[in-house]
Amino acid sequence: MIESHLSLLIVALPLLAAPIVAVLPNGRMPWAFSTLVSWAVFAMACLQLINVSTGNVISYELGGWAPPWGIEYRIDAANALVALIVAGIAAVTLPYALKSVEKEIPQQQHSLFYAAFMLCFTGLLGITLTGDIFNLFVFLEISSLSSYALISLGKQRQALTAAYQYLIMGTIGATFFIIGVGLLYAMTGTLNMVDLAQRLPELYEHRTIQTAFAFIMVGFALKLALFPLHLWLPNAYTYAPTVVTVFLAATATKVAVYVMLRVVFSVFGFTFIEDTPTDELFIILCIAGILMMSFYAIYQHDAKRLLAYSSVAQIGYMMIGIGLGSALGITATLVHLFNHALMKGALFMAIGAIVYQIGSSRIEDFSGLGKKMPWTFAAIVVGGLSLIGVPGTAGFISKWYLILAAIEQQHWLIVVVILLGSLLAVIYVWKLVEALYFKPATESSKTVSVQEAPLMLLIPTWLLVLANVYFGFNTELTVGTAETAIQLLLPGTNK
Amino acid sequence: MDLIIGHYNYWLVIIIMMAGFYTVISRGNLVKKIAGLNIFQVSVFMLYISIGNVKDGAVPIIEKGVTLYSNPLPHVLILTAIVVGVATTALGLALVVRIKEAYGTIEEDEIHNQDHSL
Repeated sequence: MIESHLSLLIVALPLLAAPIVAVLPNGRMPWAFSTLVSWAVFAMACLQLINVSTGNVISYELGGWAPPWGIEYRIDAANALVALIVAGIAAVTLPYALKSVEKEIPQQQHSLFYAAFMLCFTGLLGITLTGDIFNLFVFLEISSLSSYALISLGKQRQALTAAYQYLIMGTIGATFFIIGVGLLYAMTGTLNMVDLAQRLPELYEHRTIQTAFAFIMVGFALKLALFPLHLWLPNAYTYAPTVVTVFLAATATKVAVYVMLRVVFSVFGFTFIEDTPTDELFIILCIAGILMMSFYAIYQHDAKRLLAYSSVAQIGYMMIGIGLGSALGITATLVHLFNHALMKGALFMAIGAIVYQIGSSRIEDFSGLGKKMPWTFAAIVVGGLSLIGVPGTAGFISKWYLILAAIEQQHWLIVVVILLGSLLAVIYVWKLVEALYFKPATESSKTVSVQEAPLMLLIPTWLLVLANVYFGFNTELTVGTAETAIQLLLPGTNK
Repeated sequence: MDLIIGHYNYWLVIIIMMAGFYTVISRGNLVKKIAGLNIFQVSVFMLYISIGNVKDGAVPIIEKGVTLYSNPLPHVLILTAIVVGVATTALGLALVVRIKEAYGTIEEDEIHNQDHSL
């Protein structure tokens, strides 16, 4: 009974939890309840991934209305993997949240904070699991509106302007997306993605379809912060409360990349994309993005902002995979999506642990802290190595596949850019390591009595750090699932 | 001529869309930006409602003797989008109120100057 409704429960559970959390008394109750919910969702997401790992597709009819009229949840290997990331990151972020939120957010706002967090969680899961393109828009707005509110809760007043800027750009992106959806509906009369995929090929030459495609691409490029539409991201990640940064950095942009993947390959089909300049455009923008944003990251004085710029660069790696459009390219995109969530999650958590102790994320305040906070420092080192893509870490696996995909199509420029990007990553990660370990400790009042971060912050951080190492050796889950997903996304290709 | 008069609602959509979009980009006042965003969204509502119209179609309420109805689905969809638009506006204005409390101004350039003069 429960088994058959699993697909819906994953989304419905946090949605139902949100109002309950909102009315719970402030204190530890809202936190405990949301943590339990996130663990339950994580367990269900694991189950669901096992169910679809053989390559089958689960179709769930919402309210018993048969698709294409009713809303359908359609779960295959690709979105089960993304749902697993979202649920997994929430399940480790929430235990971390207890201490961090107590310090950063006023007590009387705790239950509302966790309610907004649950709504954002619902939205992201809904985007991944739905098979209905308008339903996707609704979930997109649920997650976006709650994340604007979450970002605005940051301690500094810049958090407000960052949230406002994100609201404006996010709404423009989402509105572009519904314009596109509306035009698609006008031409095909359907909103179901499978149905759309069947009806679109005969309309490929039609101007309206091409316009719809352009609107959807630009809309989602804004949401996933594809260079040069990334302007909202650095401020939002820098000024948001630590927990929100960890969660959004590890999930929100990944979910948007997944939507791009779904729209490009499942709805329109890559044959359509190849006729448009989209794939070349993606590759050019990604190359520019990787290089410029990595340079920007090097010159930042704030650790969170440094990682935020690095995120924009890393999104470039994911989108290159889509631009290449080959089986290897999509494998690289899906694997990097997963691995980047792990590494950015770990790094933002480790930086968050430092912020928890010294109340600042400026790199110059970090001097000498490495010796006082050895575990946090070690987490930054391992996370940083993964970000660079050193063999033995998760980051290596995804870059390996991306380079293979580029070599397969003889795109030597991309190979060079990926290697160059990794070198630039060495520089900005080194900047953190240097400040933390090699600079003498300044005996200012801020840092003189600093100790190691509490266990409640260290354990979730290290869970993600160890996951980085684990998925650097065991690629069965990431690459294996990605290869199953490709059979569905690119029918007719043999791996 | 038919292209202009026959599709006048679509032309209106484009005009309103661009007016709203331009306001969002060009204005420095945060409230005006939200107003522009609203106008931009309203154009999408009009687009959807226009899509739903079927030539010579009746109001989609079942009645004897009527065989051709307009398509009600886009109207229902856009109800959802209107709700989303209202929520976005409310949240945006709430943020503007908080920004006014924190900075004492709602002009983008003045906020920018305050943040960078520190």
